[in-house]
Amino acid sequence: MAGSTTTKLASKRDHRLEGFNLDKKSFWRKLPIVKQLRVAVGWQKGMLITGLVLCAFFLLVALFAPVIAPYGHAQIKDASGSFPAQEAPSAKHIWGTTAGGFDVFSRVVWGTRTAIIAIIVAVLLSIFAGVLLGLISGYFGGWLDRVLVMIADAVYSFPSLLLAILMAIMISHGQSGLVSGILASGISITVVYIPQYFRTIRAEVIRIKESAYVESARVVGASTWRILTKHLFKNSTRTLPVILTLNSSEAILTLAGLGFLGFGIEPTAAAEWGYDLNRSVSDVTAGIWWTAVFPGLAIVLIVLGITLVGESLNDLADPRLRARKSAGEVVGSIENTSVDEPTDMSARNEVVAELDAAKNPIASGTPVTVTDRDADFVAPEWTGEGQGTGAADDRGEE
Amino acid sequence: MSATAAPAAADQADKPKEAKKNRLSGGFFRFVLTRFLLIIPTVFILVTVVFFVMRATGDPISAALGGRLTPQELKARVHAAGYDRPLIVQYIDYLGGLLHGDLGTTMTDNQPVISILVRYGSATFELALLALIIALIVGIGLGRLAARKRDHAADAGIRTFAILCYATPVFFLGLILKLIFAIWLNVLPASGRSSLSTEMQFSRLVSPTGFYIIDALQLGDVNVLIDVLRHAVLPALALGLLTAGVFIRLVRTNVISTFNSGYVEAARSRGVSEKRLLGKHAWRPALIPIITVMGMQIAMMLAGAVLTETTFEWKGLGFMLSQYLKARDFAAVQGIVILIAIIVAVVNFIVDVIAALIDPRVRY
Repeated sequence: MAGSTTTKLASKRDHRLEGFNLDKKSFWRKLPIVKQLRVAVGWQKGMLITGLVLCAFFLLVALFAPVIAPYGHAQIKDASGSFPAQEAPSAKHIWGTTAGGFDVFSRVVWGTRTAIIAIIVAVLLSIFAGVLLGLISGYFGGWLDRVLVMIADAVYSFPSLLLAILMAIMISHGQSGLVSGILASGISITVVYIPQYFRTIRAEVIRIKESAYVESARVVGASTWRILTKHLFKNSTRTLPVILTLNSSEAILTLAGLGFLGFGIEPTAAAEWGYDLNRSVSDVTAGIWWTAVFPGLAIVLIVLGITLVGESLNDLADPRLRARKSAGEVVGSIENTSVDEPTDMSARNEVVAELDAAKNPIASGTPVTVTDRDADFVAPEWTGEGQGTGAADDRGEE
Repeated sequence: MSATAAPAAADQADKPKEAKKNRLSGGFFRFVLTRFLLIIPTVFILVTVVFFVMRATGDPISAALGGRLTPQELKARVHAAGYDRPLIVQYIDYLGGLLHGDLGTTMTDNQPVISILVRYGSATFELALLALIIALIVGIGLGRLAARKRDHAADAGIRTFAILCYATPVFFLGLILKLIFAIWLNVLPASGRSSLSTEMQFSRLVSPTGFYIIDALQLGDVNVLIDVLRHAVLPALALGLLTAGVFIRLVRTNVISTFNSGYVEAARSRGVSEKRLLGKHAWRPALIPIITVMGMQIAMMLAGAVLTETTFEWKGLGFMLSQYLKARDFAAVQGIVILIAIIVAVVNFIVDVIAALIDPRVRY
């Protein structure tokens, strides 16, 4: 394959590899999450699905906030007069009202929208900046690379919330309206996460740039920009989904932290959970729980949802951490021939011991052969079976 | 050195050992030195970033006192403080001050920032230490359990708990703990570092350390100690659980991956019990990544401390930081943030040295 030269072949290679898989994959099945969903088993699948459901729920709430929320985010009175302050949950205000007379339920619903917009802004901006810097830094190297790495390391080691506070001071001087507020929070969070994308992409680029296909592209005369965007970028984004999800959850926590310290978005501009929690500190001391519990739970659930997805993706990408497969799915899968990219995860079989299969709801309980060098668990009962414990690589003998 | 005085036989025996030790410590010393020198650019970059970011939109005097003074008065104040000079001159000035330990003066209460750091730093340190202890106990205990019960119900439960710890903002956890234990059950105090009577007792101390637990021990009064500890439980728990989530994940992942490695396999085939495998063979190497990440965790904990202290009115650096933020006193904010930057750099240095002590491969 190293002999093939043109850049076209690089993309063709991917195409050919897909043909090796037993089942022809549709576009739908190739989508990142869907692929993992098919690979996951047992409670790992449960975790992933729970996460996806939570994320979808919050996305829907954000989308349909005007329909769901009975009042506006800064509404303190309606036709029948002002809302009472700190009223316990009732029919009219199902989650009660705050000290300022806001309807808690409406604030929480509108807050979903703020949170999601802030994540999107933050993640998009930081991916863009981080990936670009990572590509350039990794590909060109030299003093620019060294300086960028040093800055990224210094910024990375610094507590993200404090950095976000600094950025918020710089961007909005601590006070902000709707668009500027969300932008300020988004950009503050962005700066914090650029180093993470930068480091990952840079490491990948350094690994890939020596490969034969990049070199051949260079020989053929592809422009630097084309190599960067086509050859390096596309092949270095392997780990991005994991970082992306984990960062979005951190972004929400940072946004809420900023709000809690009074550095987020003004309450009249948009609803923001962190700000609401800040207001509820004194309520809690007086035993008023509803102003704190609902926005807080919203943060916990959305972060939980995103983290569950991210964690599952992370585990599924790491064969050592993946929950062990059941026997039925292993049999008959075809070996992935790609050296550097084990895309088809079901092909990477894990050792399944009978005792494990017994506890796995999906497993059929039939005896299993050892199909991988990665013999990750061998119980004392196991050795009595006289099976090889993975000393040899049995792949391909099945 | 002492070998010259020792009998000849002992001298013979000691020689190879000493030579080996010297070789090790030479490389180790070089590593420590290079790593120490790396602190300087890190701190320098952070100070530079913080300085220019803080000053990008104006001087601290206008920010803090903007609405309260007439434009003329404001101008006079700005001029007196030297904030109308070119930014680069101020920057060099600030760096010079920093070398002498001068971090500027707060705008709102006109105190040297360094004295605030000294006064409130101990409270934050005490809270962070207690939280770290809780995080390590919970994190290591549950992490090992999860690794041992991999893929079982206990593992799933512990992992969910870890994710929940991580997903819950520390201030929300703090509020919930407060609501349950301080308001509804009324068994623990809701906020502060101690009750009023304890503060009175402390004022009698000749040399208060600022660490209330140590101060309470100095007084030798059991009731005071109990009071201080009762106040510390909820904040330390909130901050500790935040970090515990990360430790659980780390311990679990690392124990599982060392548990899979060849030498553990070899030990198992020699008939070493599973318990001993987990406790000894797989455990030590699993510790190294955990210690490496601890530096990051301490940095995160400092940020968490800002939120925790604000929630519990724990009068430490974080609480003061949020107070100064509210007052738009950016000179004070700058000082506190730079101090935290220095602490983070030093902690990372210490962590790296410890990691190098444990694992020689880290040294370069």
